Amino acid sequence: MKRIGVFVCHCGSNIANTVHCEKVAQVAKDFPGVVLSTDYKYMCSEPGQVMIQEAIREHNLDGYVVAACSPRMHEPTFRKCAARAGMNPYMVEQVNIREQCSWVHADKEKGTEKSIDLLRMGVAKVVKNEPLYSTTIPVTKRSLVIGGGIAGIQAALDIANAGYPVTLLDREHTIGGRMAQVDKTFPTLDCSACILTPKMVEAAQHPNIELMTYAEVEAVDGFVGNFDVTIRKKARYVDFDKCTGCGACTEKCPKKVPSEFEMELGVRKAIYTPFPQAVPNKPIIDANHCRYLLDGKCGICKKVCPTGAVDYEQKDELIMERFGAIVVATGFEQFDISAYEEYGAGKIPDVITGLHLERLMNASGPTAGKIKRPSDGKVPEKIVFVKCVGSRDEAKGRPYCSKACCMYVAKHATLLKEKMPNSKSYIFYMDVRTPGKNYEEFYARTQNEYDAQYIRGRVSKIFQVGDKLIVRGEDSLLGRPVEIEADLVVLAAGMDPRSDAKDLARTLGISYDQHGWFTEAHPKLQPVETHTAGIYLAGACQGPKDIPDSVAQASAAAVKAAGLLSKPELTSEAMTALCDEAICSGCGLCQSICPYKSIEIKSVNERYHGQMRQRRVSNVNQGLCQGCGACTVACPSGAMNLKGFTNDQILAEVDALCQR
Amino acid sequence: MKYGLYPGCSLNGTGIEYGLSTKAVAQKLGIDFVEIPDWNCCGASSAHNRNHLLSVALPARNLALAEQHGIDQIAVPCAACYQRMKAAEVALRDEATRQEVGEVIEMNVEGKSRTRALVEVFANDLDADFLSSVVVRPLSGLKVASYYGCLLVKPAQVAIDSPENPMIMDKLMAALGATPVEWSYKTECCGGSLAITRPEASLGMTANVLKYAKLAGADCIVTPCPLCTSNLDMRQKAAEGLLGMELGLPIYYFTELMGVALGLEMSQLGLTKHFVEATSLLKNSPAAQ
Repeated sequence: MKRIGVFVCHCGSNIANTVHCEKVAQVAKDFPGVVLSTDYKYMCSEPGQVMIQEAIREHNLDGYVVAACSPRMHEPTFRKCAARAGMNPYMVEQVNIREQCSWVHADKEKGTEKSIDLLRMGVAKVVKNEPLYSTTIPVTKRSLVIGGGIAGIQAALDIANAGYPVTLLDREHTIGGRMAQVDKTFPTLDCSACILTPKMVEAAQHPNIELMTYAEVEAVDGFVGNFDVTIRKKARYVDFDKCTGCGACTEKCPKKVPSEFEMELGVRKAIYTPFPQAVPNKPIIDANHCRYLLDGKCGICKKVCPTGAVDYEQKDELIMERFGAIVVATGFEQFDISAYEEYGAGKIPDVITGLHLERLMNASGPTAGKIKRPSDGKVPEKIVFVKCVGSRDEAKGRPYCSKACCMYVAKHATLLKEKMPNSKSYIFYMDVRTPGKNYEEFYARTQNEYDAQYIRGRVSKIFQVGDKLIVRGEDSLLGRPVEIEADLVVLAAGMDPRSDAKDLARTLGISYDQHGWFTEAHPKLQPVETHTAGIYLAGACQGPKDIPDSVAQASAAAVKAAGLLSKPELTSEAMTALCDEAICSGCGLCQSICPYKSIEIKSVNERYHGQMRQRRVSNVNQGLCQGCGACTVACPSGAMNLKGFTNDQILAEVDALCQR
Repeated sequence: MKYGLYPGCSLNGTGIEYGLSTKAVAQKLGIDFVEIPDWNCCGASSAHNRNHLLSVALPARNLALAEQHGIDQIAVPCAACYQRMKAAEVALRDEATRQEVGEVIEMNVEGKSRTRALVEVFANDLDADFLSSVVVRPLSGLKVASYYGCLLVKPAQVAIDSPENPMIMDKLMAALGATPVEWSYKTECCGGSLAITRPEASLGMTANVLKYAKLAGADCIVTPCPLCTSNLDMRQKAAEGLLGMELGLPIYYFTELMGVALGLEMSQLGLTKHFVEATSLLKNSPAAQ
């Protein structure tokens, strides 16, 4: 029989308030194999660990069980503790009597009873533990950044500056993202393009950065340190090696299309660059609108191109590249306001969104920076803003705050007053949230110096009478209904996850919340990591964020990625699956279920009734296996076992529970 | 097509035009409406303010009667009746409520019959080609503001269409050749239930509905609700006084306009019984010529 030690932790009062820890330790003394059982206030503390190490030596322990918090918290601590005392770290079991017992129960007697049960199972399991050993795997010292908005650009620059090659991928054919559409930035009112374009150019020219625009991630295989990513490079129908970006094709193209970049307030051509500072600054053909590609007529761009760069025959191209780390920075979409029928949203042309107003304000926008309302080009005098449209609204399935709207509305009101001193902005709000450096000061200035009138209350209805928009709402401070005749209404539309974010999450194997925001590994302590090792999050794809937050998170993700790439090699998982070839029937179920493609079917020769015969069996590549255990569940014959969680160990736990 | 019919109290009283035109149109279209025998009050406007069980039990008895007579679908012209009947139908989906109500009304009720607003039946169940084939006097040139009121579209469990911008009556009117106007007061409250208790509050609300229909360029308003109609029609003079503007908007039941389009006599449809003169607009419209 193995010699087992038991250590019960009080976790201060976290466990001890709901569990009699001394009693648990006392009872455990009688469990089979236990030669020592004790309790202590903080097992994870230095004295606690020293106590464990001394016990290992003194009692010549083969393994031990610590009854404490979740293994998610301190399993590495107690494994290392064992290793320091010369014990194989996999001879340790951690029983969770905090998250799974004391924190969720109130009755101390029953809590104690449950802790004893959990501990009995842990002891039964550790008796069956075997020493496990990990190996090392190489790291591909390259990183992929998905999404070329400000977060992606920042992450790419930081990783590149740390000395590692980066591929910066964007599905659009320019980097820049949402920030490129924005006119000015709060709280400093500096021009968005003026601070963004230098970074775009820097990214394009950085020797460690490879730009891959108009491309999308198709599939991701492999695992941390060695992701094999299949990328679809979409056909641009323009040979970038030959194109000089002269713009003759765009000028002559006869097909006009509403510009996505201008929020459809302006037009672009079918062969186009979305905005003057685009990077790369070479046009592509939009196949959905090009006359030649649709019905074979036109071909003007090919005729006028002086370098023969237009190539109608170009096809999508699939490439496979290997990366050590991935940063996801796919950003957000603006909430679709047409869900608010009561605001005439999507029907009344002068009910617009914040991004529309950004384009109307922008000097290179469709109105050259003059505020003209979309319906008749009239300059508006009374402008009403409605906040929390598609945010903090359960009825629309958006209970969350979009975080940036309070500030961008204040910015808009300030800028409108500067552009049009006779204008007046009315802002309907639920709360004004300004938790950022210099944000509250900016908001105060909007009210005091820029004459914006803040009205606390929701708007119930917006409708058109003649050329006026009647905005009806409630002033909940005065406790009465208000009605404003406005010329222009701006809905502060909130942020939505990308509509296809969930597809990307499944491709990458990362998790997302009920809305589609990517989930961080820990909301406080691992805000840029995902649950999948080697994949990090930056910017608004993880939740609504403004520019400073996105940039900060991008740099944090970059440090994580660079930290991973800086390791000479990675330690492979020791708790991997193993196939018992004697039982395996070679059915291949495990192979199809394995998410890491680590199982192959091989042939073995064996002697059977005096004759040699060949048989097919599964073989697990120990370097690729991540120990998820899917194959052990799928295996119909029980041939597949996960080391550290063998069928034998789990059954021992079940037995122990039944023997109480 | 065969439907049960729950006429409610107004179709023989304040909403007699609705009753007359519903009957005439159904006959013309060959729709078989079977009046639920021995029906009782739906409880609208008062029961649900007093006692929840009573407010479910009253319409539940009508549903039980419909079941007994093998009626699968009950057409309900009055919007208030529809709301109470549908609310009972929803409430009866709950097993415990079904039992309790069954004991109160001393009848077995399964909740199998489906309550449907009459406007829904005419707008959704009639084949578009069939409808256009029977229209003999298209309402061309007639600009109508479709006014749904509050009872047919809220709350979501009983709504027949979108609560903010319902379209089914607009589409029906377009099928008759009329031009529905785009306006924003489709589902605003007419003040109906305050008409007696707080007439001054109610009148302001009625006046706003009329005003915005007028501003939207409508020649008339079309409704599926007797309460809305009596407010908009009977109080229009007072509303004109309050607004200081002339309105002159005839208020039609959608069934009346259907009847005209189908070539029925105006008197047969009850069009001569309105407060705001309702026949000349239809006589003078290009449709009549």
